Amino acid sequence: MSGDNIFTGLVEEHQGDARWAFGTGFTDALAGVDTTLPAGVDGADLALYCQMLGDDALVQAQRLVQWVTDAPELEEEVALANIALDLLGQARLLLARAGQADGTGRDEDAFAYRRAAHEFRNVRLTEAPRGDFAHAVVTLLVLSGQRLALFGRLADSTDPVLAAIAAKGVNELAYHREYAVSWALRLGDGTPYSHERMVEAVADVWPLTGELFATHPVEARLAAQGAAVDPATVRDEVHAVLTRVFTEATLAAPAPFPEGTVAGRDGRHTPALAPLLDELQKVAREHPEATW
Amino acid sequence: MVTATPVRDVERARAAAAAVTDPELPMLTLADLGILRRVEIDEEGTVQVWITPTYSGCPALAEMRVDVDRAVRAVGFDAVRVRTELSPAWTTDWITDEGRRKLTEHGISPPGAAPRRAAGPVPLTLLPTRTVPHCPLCGSSDTEELSRFGATSCKSLHRCRACLEPFEHVKEI
Repeated sequence: MSGDNIFTGLVEEHQGDARWAFGTGFTDALAGVDTTLPAGVDGADLALYCQMLGDDALVQAQRLVQWVTDAPELEEEVALANIALDLLGQARLLLARAGQADGTGRDEDAFAYRRAAHEFRNVRLTEAPRGDFAHAVVTLLVLSGQRLALFGRLADSTDPVLAAIAAKGVNELAYHREYAVSWALRLGDGTPYSHERMVEAVADVWPLTGELFATHPVEARLAAQGAAVDPATVRDEVHAVLTRVFTEATLAAPAPFPEGTVAGRDGRHTPALAPLLDELQKVAREHPEATW
Repeated sequence: MVTATPVRDVERARAAAAAVTDPELPMLTLADLGILRRVEIDEEGTVQVWITPTYSGCPALAEMRVDVDRAVRAVGFDAVRVRTELSPAWTTDWITDEGRRKLTEHGISPPGAAPRRAAGPVPLTLLPTRTVPHCPLCGSSDTEELSRFGATSCKSLHRCRACLEPFEHVKEI
């Protein structure tokens, strides 16, 4: 490092660790992966589907990191941040795939930082305001349960890139769900007060669960070709898992998932999404020339 | 006519890539971690290196790519392409015996056998089914888990009840 100016030292070319001070500038999460589309699959459809799955993960990750510095225990903060990091990684791969599939060549940053709220394709439960820790537990339980069931089947997708992302994701989602289950049991079967807070969280989360199993026309078309998974097909499986967890946690058996209609998948969101994106996109929008 | 690339060129490129270390576990090389999948030299003389991510969100991957590129160039190759291989997914079973030895030597408990899943939905487990790691410092099996999540995605936090020291464990995945 030259001289006594720390900034100069950091921005110079180095062989040592300091060269990473401003990132590698490396943004292609799918570099060198064979990105040919499977025969018969429409690129625009596949790109939208990748955005749906990618946006679910990206928006949920951004919500989860709001617990950092604010969780009941340091260990839980670290846990939620780690789960968010896994989801962010899944989002990066899926959004990179979206940019290849639709032929625009947009990179992950173009999707994450340069789209408005109505262009996001996530389900509304992922953007719901954070709430208390019981809300975080119930939301994570439902979302990880649904995503684990989807990805388990998506590992057999006719799109080899989606299949690989899903097969990898299953290993991560399995311990996300395990974490949510462990807290659901502790809080549900804990004190009368923790039990009551869980009951309130379930009541708040439940109306948003129907949308998780509503089929978008893009999902239906791609599922017919074996490239996607129709979310309606995992509805019973996810409900059975939640029923077992709720019973063990001494909570009332969960109500059936409400009949949901497609909303977030078509860009129709709650007012909670725009402020979340403002926070997520602020640095990138203010410094469009920045790299990381 | 295709001329065969001399074996020693490929071996030289492979050795350079294999020696790159993980910025978050600097005692381990990419070869120790098992993420270096293969190294080839194509007809134009470009060295192609395939690596597999450990976790979807592993932030060290970008650094490792750039380090591989730099290391292979440093042994005399002008054209290098570092490629991602997503499938099959990385598992801790790919960490070599040498890698496990180095982890223990640095006070980190190496992973046990990764869970094997049958086809179909992932079964719900209501109780932790994880193996209890031995203390890498005193070897005792009387240890407890402090947190399933640690400073990096790949590690959990534990404490030894025998020597009372805390330690990290590389999680089975």
